[in-house]
Amino acid sequence: MNKRWRKFVTLVAASHAEMSEYRVELVLWILSSIMPFVLMGLWMKASHNAGGSLGPVGFARYFLAVFVIRQLTLVWVIYEFEEDVVKGRLSARLLHPIDPGWRYLASHLGERIARFPFLIGVCAAFFVLYPAAFWLPGPADAGRAFAALVAAFALRFLMQYAFAMVAFWSERANAIEDLWFFMYLFLSGFIAPLDLFPDSVRRVAELTPFPYLVYMPARILIGQQVDLTKGFLVMAVWGTGFWFLYRRLWKTGLKRYSAMGA
Amino acid sequence: MMGSRYTRTLRLFWGASIAAEMEYRLNFLLAAITSLGNLVGSLFALSLFYNNGMDLGGWRWEEAIVVMGLAVFMEGFTSTFLRPNVGRIVQHVREGTLDFVLLKPIDTQFWLSLRNLSLWGVPNLLYGVLVVIYGGRCLGLALSDFARGVIPLLIGLVVLYCIWFMLSTMSIWFVKVHNLTGLLRGLLEAGRYPTPAYPAAYQIVFTFVIPVTFLTTVPAAAIVGRNSASIWAALTLAGVLCLLSRAFWRLAMRFYSSASS
Repeated sequence: MNKRWRKFVTLVAASHAEMSEYRVELVLWILSSIMPFVLMGLWMKASHNAGGSLGPVGFARYFLAVFVIRQLTLVWVIYEFEEDVVKGRLSARLLHPIDPGWRYLASHLGERIARFPFLIGVCAAFFVLYPAAFWLPGPADAGRAFAALVAAFALRFLMQYAFAMVAFWSERANAIEDLWFFMYLFLSGFIAPLDLFPDSVRRVAELTPFPYLVYMPARILIGQQVDLTKGFLVMAVWGTGFWFLYRRLWKTGLKRYSAMGA
Repeated sequence: MMGSRYTRTLRLFWGASIAAEMEYRLNFLLAAITSLGNLVGSLFALSLFYNNGMDLGGWRWEEAIVVMGLAVFMEGFTSTFLRPNVGRIVQHVREGTLDFVLLKPIDTQFWLSLRNLSLWGVPNLLYGVLVVIYGGRCLGLALSDFARGVIPLLIGLVVLYCIWFMLSTMSIWFVKVHNLTGLLRGLLEAGRYPTPAYPAAYQIVFTFVIPVTFLTTVPAAAIVGRNSASIWAALTLAGVLCLLSRAFWRLAMRFYSSASS
């Protein structure tokens, strides 16, 4: 176990070093996900007269939190995996004495560490531009948010990795991810806090894994009440389901892959 | 003579593209479903403002729907014409295949802008038109009202093309510019809502820095009969951008030194 852990840490460190080479890229990439700031503007202005549940400052904080959460839980493993399968690079990775999944996970984590300082920079710049919205989550909230974020990232990674297995059968597995992604976009709280949704839609959404990937951590970060038990429970149920799906697809897919003679 | 050569080439290009796309019929179906889901989601997002007693810069729900429809149409235009062509310039520069394009006995900008056609955007083009018509019918608009939007819409398409082309041209200097197109996409998403719905600082950016306003809000305003930036301003902008993008491309070509040299 200890040995495997050391391997994993080394992989993370290597991918961190690799990503640090592309600092300009990273900054551009962070800037390219400015959608939360666009939505922030809309909601701030709209809530100016009407009040709403949060008010302009509340919306500013909510969408800043959404931006940070989105940055910290980004997952792109399906594109990496698909390319590796199509180009046959997976064959080499299978020879390594470690499950290829760890390698993908490590590359995500390494990149995340390289990204973090820039994220702090964006937040600082935001507070300079709009000091009225300045706040810091308390230590208890920060701890809860960290736990929620780790769970959200793990679940997103697992779901996408399970879908990535479809690459063994189809050349464009990412079409599934696209389909899944728009549900994530609209049900996770990315477009607006879920308490603004009509009740019926919200009740359905709360059974899906999506609200716990963005909305729940965002609420924790801006200091609102959340039902953590329910959140982790729903995530655990979906996580278990996707874990079995992944294992099953991995095993059958791998047989197919070797049968292709790749 | 010149014209006919270009139209003939274009017909061949697009025929080949469509034939290639037909290989992926299932993916097309998936794209159509994804686009539909996206449309439903976007309308849902829009409805959240109105259901919670807010409005978007004084625009009525039906008017906001027209803006949304135009944005969906623009998205369809992007994935049909821009992404498979202009969006690939970066790749041509990085892999050095731009050299082959330059050698072809045809205008390079023409080749780079119109070589391919992707059917993936067709559902969005269709949905966009339907949504605009639906919104317009709710407002009781006549055919002549819709006709008022045609010229501003064409101007919007030209503006969108020029922005994409100029941004992609930058890849001659900065090879990994595709992150910039991501930034652009985020900003264009902003065009799903009428510009007056944004705070003043945003409005300035969307009018003067990245002219998102001219893509959706100006045509929509013409259709529903609202005041907005004049058509002459839009026309001037489109003309200037056209000349600028052409000049910028020429300039970039002087700096181009092929891959790995």
